[in-house]
Parts: sequence; structure tokens; C-alpha cells
Amino acid sequence: MRISKTIYLFFLPGLFLYSIFFLYPTVSALFYSFTDWDGLSDAYQFVGIGNYERALTGDSVFRKTVGNNLKFMLMVVIFQTLAALAFAMIVLKNTKTNLFLRALYFFPTILSSVSVAFIWSFIYDPSLGILNQILGLLGLDFLQQNWLGNSDIAIYSLAITQIWFHAGQMLIIFVAGLQAIPEDLYEVAKIEGASKWQTFRKVTWPLLAPSATIVIAYTTIQSFKAFDLVFAMTGGGPNNSTEIIATYIFDVAFRSYNFGYASSISVLFMIIIAFITFLQFKALRSDRISY
Amino acid sequence: MLFRKFSLAVYALLILIPLLMVALTSVKTLQETFRDPLGLPEDGFQWSNYSAIFEEQTMAGYFMNSTIVTLCSVFLTLFFASMIAFGISRLNNWMGNILFGLFTLGMMVPAQVNMVPLYSLMLDLNLTNSLLGLILVNIAVTLPIAVFILTGFMKTLPKELFEASTIDGAGNWQIYTKLALPLSLPSLSATAIFLFVMHWNDLLYPLLFITDNAYKTLPLALLEFQGEYSTNYPMLFTGVIIASAPMVIAYVFLQRFFVAGMTAGALKG
Repeated sequence: MRISKTIYLFFLPGLFLYSIFFLYPTVSALFYSFTDWDGLSDAYQFVGIGNYERALTGDSVFRKTVGNNLKFMLMVVIFQTLAALAFAMIVLKNTKTNLFLRALYFFPTILSSVSVAFIWSFIYDPSLGILNQILGLLGLDFLQQNWLGNSDIAIYSLAITQIWFHAGQMLIIFVAGLQAIPEDLYEVAKIEGASKWQTFRKVTWPLLAPSATIVIAYTTIQSFKAFDLVFAMTGGGPNNSTEIIATYIFDVAFRSYNFGYASSISVLFMIIIAFITFLQFKALRSDRISY
Repeated sequence: MLFRKFSLAVYALLILIPLLMVALTSVKTLQETFRDPLGLPEDGFQWSNYSAIFEEQTMAGYFMNSTIVTLCSVFLTLFFASMIAFGISRLNNWMGNILFGLFTLGMMVPAQVNMVPLYSLMLDLNLTNSLLGLILVNIAVTLPIAVFILTGFMKTLPKELFEASTIDGAGNWQIYTKLALPLSLPSLSATAIFLFVMHWNDLLYPLLFITDNAYKTLPLALLEFQGEYSTNYPMLFTGVIIASAPMVIAYVFLQRFFVAGMTAGALKG
């Protein structure tokens, strides 16, 4: 059936804004990444792949930043995913208590990251913070720390905050995935005398793989984008120990006015994310079975 | 069994204690907080932080800015995205696929990638320190995900219905407003909530484009309280409560929709 040509008008307003405020800047990030533009003056020069060379070989802070980001990502992806899955399996049935608990666990997701940053800055505060106080009450004084001020552990303290912030959301996705697994598969497993672990490995996990792929991919991207938390809690310090790629781009562009270089890091950032997402989809897809 | 219940309780406390701490600290004085950060307020609840923050800050203004930016961004994103989703599902050919690909590509690009050129573009267009500027960028940035969710839904609507209306002489616009939109209400509401949470809480774009107090939104204002109040947590937490109140109230009443909306966002994001 022929559709009236007026249908193309439906794309206009969205396409217009999307092109100007999204596509154009994204493409020009690529363009500026080959220049030495400072973001203020009209003049700039092409420096070829100079910015990329600098990022990949000459910039120790950038290398540190990528390392921090990987530490943060691994910790969040591993612990948040495991915790979300474990708790999803416990609150799986739609009882009144479970519905309430799921709503409670989900709650932090609706807060702004600035609010979450303040809450956890207070928890981690070396003198006022409840974390050190509770450790003191439990007689675990030796564990007391300057959680955000110690450059060896600050990035992990931030990762814990991120997990507190988003685990509930992932839990809900797992609940949806688990509830979609047909009940009779578990009955068959039971009749066949499968152990709990066998049932999980052979029934739950393969059928859960699609949700797991989504959770892990989403968590990874989220952990690369944890700009707000880092910005509000540590500003990348101490000693760049919590600087992640996103905050580093901001610093290079808006504190050092090195727009060209910041653009090249942005492009590398996008490549890293695309690569990791691709790897994960590949790895998890091979584990997929259909019954 | 006991271990499971214990774990559930521990997780519940991990969420509840910090939230309770925020509420309690906001009704304590600074001295009390320093003396006993965990204790209950000794002389009853002190509401002075709330009156102080409204006196010292243009809270009502920040609140208004956040409300305007959020409402306009959500409404216009939904409007434009649903038109695109309708267009794609109507076209249902290679053109539609290309447009769908073009829009959803945007979901892969983190906002920090284009913030640098976007900033200079906004300067050139004179759209810094402007609520309109924030709204336009918000729409462009959230269109991809909204198009993705809505297209997925609209493609499941029965084609025969649209075709029958075409035969009856209805134009595309009529089919869109009278059929497609009302039928897509479940996915529109889920997307709306996802967008609400995202825009209300957004920090990056106000941080980039707004320096004038008159145009600051709540998250940016809150961030800057940190510079002003430093470790005056009673004041900071008062700000947190005021900034979160609308979302929290909405969550309590529309919980089911929130969970659906935020999960749809994650599933598709």
C-alpha cells in the first residue's frame, strides 16, 4: 500500500535538532582531534595524528586514567552483577514483602548523582563519617580509613558508591529475566535429580544470558560514564587516582583549554567503549542456548 | 533460609540507613552534627536549615528552572521521538531502517565524547546561559533512546488498523494522533518516566552551559553548595532533600511505572 509522502515530514523536527546538537558535534570531535585548537581563538593548525600519539605514548596521566577506569569498571561489573543476580533470585516471587524490598533496593536509582555523591562523601568522611564510626563501634579501628583521601583506595570507594547507586536497577532487570524462565524446566531438573548448582548452570544461566548481556553491557557503559560521581566526590584526586576518562576530557578541555587534545581522547574513549561492548556481546552470545 | 533473610535485611539497611541519615542530618544543627554525627537531634527537629537555605539561595528559582527544563525536554522529546517512531514503522522499508540506524547510533556515543565541540557550538549560537539551550540539547541527546523504545513498540501495532484508516481517507497526521499515540500509551509513559528522571537529575549540560545563577538547575546549584557550605552537611542534605522531593514523591505514587520505565531505559540503553 502506498503511503503518502507527508510521512517524511514526521522526521523533520527531530532530525533537525539531532543533526545540529548531536551529529554535528560528534563529527566535529573527530575533526578537531587532528588540530591544536584551544577552544577560544578562531585559528588552529592541523597536527595530524599528533594528539593521538601524545595520548597513546606521551601522556602518563591519560594512561593512569584508563587504568583507573578499568579498575572501576571491573569492580562494578563483577560485584554489582553478582549482587544483583543473587538478590534477584531471593526476591524473585511476587510476594508483598518482595515487592516492597525490590522497590526499596531500586530507590537510589531515582536520586541525582550529586545527591548520591553528597550522601557518600558524608559516609566516607574521615572524622564525621558513619563508616569509620561504625568500624570504631565494632572494635575494627584498624580498618578506619580516609576513604576518599587515600589514593590507593579512593577509586574503590567510588566503585562502592556506584554499586549502591545502580545495583537495584540491575536487580530488577534480572528479576524480569528470571521470571521469564518457564517453571516446568525447573520441575524437570528436579525430577532428574539435578543439584542446585547443576540447575543453575544448565537451566537458569543459559536462559538468563540475554538479560545478563544487557546488564553487563549497560553496567560497563555506566561505569565509563560515572562522570558526575567522580566530579562531585573527588574531582579526580588525590593525585589523579580517581580520574576517569570522562572527567579527564573535561579537565583537558575546560581547565587546560586544550580542545584539540580533548577531542582526540574523546574519540579514543568512543573506540574503547565500542570495543568492550563488542567483546562482551560476543563472549556472552556464545553462551546462549535455546530450548 | 535464615541466611537469605539476613542478607535481605542487610541490603535493606544499607539503603535505609544513609537515607535516614540524610533526613535526620537536615534537621540537626551543624554543632550537633559535629558532636554526634549519628545521633538523633537533641533539642527536637530544627527546621532552621530549611528556612536558611531558602533565604541564602534562590532555591525557588533553581526549582523553577529544573521544572521548566525537565517538563519541556520530556514533552518535546516524546513528541518528536514518537513522530519519528511512527514514521519508521509506517515506512517499514530500507529508508526506515537507515533512519532508525542513524538515530539509534546515538545511544552508543557517551555524552562526554561530544561535549567539547558542543560547548563551542552553543557559544556560537548564543545558547549558553539559556534554558532554551539546555532544552534543545536535552532533546537531541535523548532522542536516540526514546526513538529506540517507541519504534520497538509501534512496530508491534497491527498494520491493518493503519491501512484501514488510510482507505477511509485519514491522513498520516490523523492516524498518528488518533491511533498511534493512544495505542502507544504504555510505552510512552514508560519512556516519559525514564526521561523525567534523566533530565531532572542531569548535571553535565548545566555544568557546561550555565554560569549565571538565574539559569541554574537544581543539580548544578547543589554541586555549587559544596563550594559554599563545604562540610556543612546539614545544609547540603537540606538541599538534597529539596532537590529530590519531586522524584521521591512521584516514585512513591507511581512506583510500578518507575520500575517499568527505568528498566525499559536500561534494556534499550
